[in-house]
Amino acid sequence: MTDARDMTPQAKIEIRGLDKAFGAKVVLDGLDLDVNEGRSLVVIGGSGTGKSVLIKCILGLLFADGGSIRVDGDEVTGLQGAALDQVRLKFGMLFQNAALFDSLTVLDNVAFGLVAGKGMPRAEAKDIALDKLAQVELGPEVATLYPAELSGGMRKRVGLARAISTEPEILFFDEPTTGLDPIMGDVIDQLIVKCVRELGATALSITHDMASARRISDRIAMLYGGKIIWEGPTDEIDHCGNPYVEQFISGSEEGPISFLMGS
Amino acid sequence: MVLLRTVGRTFLNFLAAAGRLAIFTLVAVSHCVRPPFYPRLLIRQMIEIGYYSLPVVGLTAIFTGMVLALQSYTGFARFSAESAIPNVVIVSITRELGPVLAGLMVAGRVGAAMAAELGTMRVTEQIDALNTLATNPFKYLVAPRLIAGLTMLPILVLIADIIGVFGGYLVSVHKLGFNPTTYLKNTIDFMETQDVVSGLVKAAAFGFLVTLMGCYHGYHSKGGAQGVGQATTNAVVTASILILCFNYFITELFFAQ
Repeated sequence: MTDARDMTPQAKIEIRGLDKAFGAKVVLDGLDLDVNEGRSLVVIGGSGTGKSVLIKCILGLLFADGGSIRVDGDEVTGLQGAALDQVRLKFGMLFQNAALFDSLTVLDNVAFGLVAGKGMPRAEAKDIALDKLAQVELGPEVATLYPAELSGGMRKRVGLARAISTEPEILFFDEPTTGLDPIMGDVIDQLIVKCVRELGATALSITHDMASARRISDRIAMLYGGKIIWEGPTDEIDHCGNPYVEQFISGSEEGPISFLMGS
Repeated sequence: MVLLRTVGRTFLNFLAAAGRLAIFTLVAVSHCVRPPFYPRLLIRQMIEIGYYSLPVVGLTAIFTGMVLALQSYTGFARFSAESAIPNVVIVSITRELGPVLAGLMVAGRVGAAMAAELGTMRVTEQIDALNTLATNPFKYLVAPRLIAGLTMLPILVLIADIIGVFGGYLVSVHKLGFNPTTYLKNTIDFMETQDVVSGLVKAAAFGFLVTLMGCYHGYHSKGGAQGVGQATTNAVVTASILILCFNYFITELFFAQ
């Protein structure tokens, strides 16, 4: 997704020294990371390494123990209430299992951020929601269904439509291909790339699916031991010379990464 | 040492839980009185709590009234005090049994459902999704439920009072051979405004407690299906115990000298 606009990359999200622990278990340990404007960064790492915690700290769903997170240069750690909601309007997020509201129809789900978050009149929001559904290649016949009636791939698409409905500046994707077959995974990845490009948004994804990571990223960062241990352009990852990254992308059991949790 | 440590840890955990609940309550109440409001959601909860609980609460009330009349009769007949039955029925139903039994039934029906619903929303990240869509879950989920509980339970209890008294009337007139007119006249003569009002105040308090416990345990549930099950159990158990405790204290407030 690289193009001419990122001649001078500017940090949309700037994370410095981020700490987060649950009880005695340290998950993030002085993490530094920049996500540049208009670019797509994918954070890879094994299960339980704190990828979701990282995203939840940025969104203010979890409170960081220490460190700084700046969005557009403004500190967001410690924000609460209306100020936090104001920052959250910049974000759209696709959750791992889509997290659709199962008491609402597909259309109400997609229109939710517009009606409840931005206070748009219902009729207008529904027109936009239909547009967004079309963008993820779902027809109006899906709009009246409830999330329980959808397949996994369709739920992801609706989740994506909901994430882009408010036209956010920053999009987060939590394991976008988990639970999908490889073909559907590819379809979702292509929709993600398309939507991010059309919005001109900054994207931050977390995944452990290397094929997906290569498809949707400009840059890749690897999270291990609570820190970013490698970061670079996607096409350099295969010869980065970092033994941790090499072990992860080859999926080998042998290497420096310890599988004993909590070590 | 081990014993002391266990006692200390349990005590600290209890204090932490009490603090969490207190903060949750304060935040929830503050969101009940500040805009934006969600009238559609409030009406949906009112129907869910008020209307759909009617059969359960009504059945409980009618059988309670009936058994009250029957039991009082077997007791009072020994002292030829059968005429006190309408008095016993109206006082017990309006002061105690109406609100407490309705509260307990609603705790089982509504409190459990709320804990399960909010708990599932928590573990499937729907509450996180609400937050990311710049919608406060306290306003969107908790406030409508609390307000609906607070306002619907008194109405339910008022209906339960009437049905309960009617149950007593049925047994007294058709089984125990009371004169219908005298029974009704005695019932109305014995009815005190304060009895009914205290019952309705209790009902409002119980409605708040039941929905608060449902929301609190659901909101803080974690760990998948097992966590949701645990949250549901906790919601019903804590709500039931709190109903019985608060029942005593509100009674003392109204009737103690």
